[in-house]
Amino acid sequence: MSALTLVEAVRTALARAMEEDPTVLVLGEDVGKDGGVFRATEGLFERFGPERVLDTPLSEALFTGLAVGLGAQGFRPVVEFQFDGFMYPALDQLVNHAGRLRARTRGRLGCPIVLRAPYGGGIRAPEHHSESPEAFFAHVPGVRTVIPSSPAKAYGLLLAAIRDPDPVVFLEPKRIYRAFREEVADDGTALPLDRAFLLREGRDLTLVAWGAMIPLCLKAAERLAEEGVSAELVDVATLKPLDTGTILDSVAKTGRCVIVHEAPPSYGPGAEIAALLASEGLFSLLAPVARVTGFDVPTPLPKLEDVFLPALADVLAACRAALVHR
Amino acid sequence: MVEIASFRIERVEILRADGTLAAPLPAWAEDPSELVRLYRAMVLTRLYDTKAVNLQRTGRLGTVASSLGQEAVAVGTAAAMRPEDVFLPSFREQGAMLWRGVRIEELLTFWGGDERGSNWSGPREDFPICVPVGTHAPHAAGVATAFKLRREPRVAVCVVGDGATSKGDVYEAWNLAGVWRLPMVTVVANNQWAISVPRSAQTAATTLAQKAIACGMPGIQVDGNDVIAVREVVSRAIERARSGEGPAIVEATTYRLSDHTTADDARRYRDDAEVSARWKEEPIARLRAFLVGRGAWDKDREEKLLAECTREVDRAVEAYLARTPPPASEMIDHVFAVLPRAMAGQRAAILRRAAERAEARAENGSGRP
Repeated sequence: MSALTLVEAVRTALARAMEEDPTVLVLGEDVGKDGGVFRATEGLFERFGPERVLDTPLSEALFTGLAVGLGAQGFRPVVEFQFDGFMYPALDQLVNHAGRLRARTRGRLGCPIVLRAPYGGGIRAPEHHSESPEAFFAHVPGVRTVIPSSPAKAYGLLLAAIRDPDPVVFLEPKRIYRAFREEVADDGTALPLDRAFLLREGRDLTLVAWGAMIPLCLKAAERLAEEGVSAELVDVATLKPLDTGTILDSVAKTGRCVIVHEAPPSYGPGAEIAALLASEGLFSLLAPVARVTGFDVPTPLPKLEDVFLPALADVLAACRAALVHR
Repeated sequence: MVEIASFRIERVEILRADGTLAAPLPAWAEDPSELVRLYRAMVLTRLYDTKAVNLQRTGRLGTVASSLGQEAVAVGTAAAMRPEDVFLPSFREQGAMLWRGVRIEELLTFWGGDERGSNWSGPREDFPICVPVGTHAPHAAGVATAFKLRREPRVAVCVVGDGATSKGDVYEAWNLAGVWRLPMVTVVANNQWAISVPRSAQTAATTLAQKAIACGMPGIQVDGNDVIAVREVVSRAIERARSGEGPAIVEATTYRLSDHTTADDARRYRDDAEVSARWKEEPIARLRAFLVGRGAWDKDREEKLLAECTREVDRAVEAYLARTPPPASEMIDHVFAVLPRAMAGQRAAILRRAAERAEARAENGSGRP
């Protein structure tokens, strides 16, 4: 066991996957000698060589399609996007090919690819570097969207994503890439996909979040505990396919739900979860479902970023409003 | 000023439109039986296309894209490949797919609206038809990368149209193929029309082949209505790629004698006179004229071939029409390798809705799927 940051856990999982399976490749921009702009692939080029760690030309649509071709041939390419805001050219390949290759060939050709990207705000980055595009990906049939919230989750979920026979979009919350360390055993144990994690049990209210909003919600839960409120925390982890059971069970117990995400509210993942509660959990609700989110605006540059991003006070306010209903 | 780069684009023509030779035959083409194989494949493709359009017109097939007039591009390309190579078609390469072992019944199944048609029994690693223009070029680069990494002497062969050369995906794939010296050959089937947009409105470049130059690979133009020249030029490009010398682009100039698809009416945007003139250049008549001139073909053999190919198409049509529609579970059972728990409810809903539809059909007595 060693205490790793989230980005170190990603690197450790990549190395483990490449060690155990020679068909695992890492490709993208600057993933070779440079080790990636966040150093997620640092040392892999030296260890596995240029035929396993491939620097591609600067072209996101290309390397996504390249991964589709490699995947159909039995490789397991792990593609790194430099930033969330540069993923949009990949949507065509993801929607029109990756997500449907298995279905449209009735299983003849598979697509075991992983698209990794640092995502989300909070690091005072330039324009197009702080986006939360998870809803775009979670809307695509045939594609999993997975977001880890800690080093251990990053390690276990990334291994699972690489071993999965279908395409996975793996969004790494860059704000907590190096925010804290956690003990991670590099023993090749994967965490389950398609499962939410109950991070904290409670009776009065359910917080539902993922990625960098998890540490924030943990803080909120601790603060609420000081006020005598017992908050439960669900880490969604796999946004699609959504583990509806864990969310419904939790809200059945607490009767209140506050969903927290950075992405804009309209048609966002919070709306999906709220719809789930309205259709399948309505009669256990004691209060309206609340969403704490960004806004329907282009992600602002750093001067206004703190207004856009949900903060502790916003989460607490939403929880207190939900708790008014008895 | 110093000249640091210059280029020229060659064009290969062997068989003229009148069936006479413009250049010496390649050695393999001296064997008439080789040419008859190519001839048969083009005839079969044309009969299939004709039948497919008729089926669509009579409501028994969905929208379909005929390859009338372009048979030599597809057949010549496929004939230049080895079975272990991987083919990545656009959507007008039925001649190549048939050559490689996809069955007519499977093509009809796909165009008839059933994905099972793409789960063919023949070339299992070949890619399915690609409808979004040019987006399969990066897949070809991926397949070629797989071959290169495994040190397999195989080639990824991709066909795109003239319109596709305007797309970033195609250029991006070519660019990578050049940098990585991938065993990837792209045949640009330049049929002069991207639905209603003529080649002249697609690019100011003199040829499409020259787009290879910017990617550091050879580009060559070939008469795409001359199946001998197509096979010869594509074969050279493929064998060059197989031997590790990198990718190439072959621009095969041809002409789409049909509408873009059965949903198109080409008379809206091009003159009948243009089409009539192009009929004089079509690939089947010229090869027939050549074979007849060589004494390798005659009326009897032609009639026998037509009867045989017609039977083959008719049998496939019967099998296609007799095929029961896919069970509704087909639409969800292959989305993931294993159905996620979260989708179990949707699977049940699909089956429920399918049963309701069937019940409604039984009630209104149509009985039709």
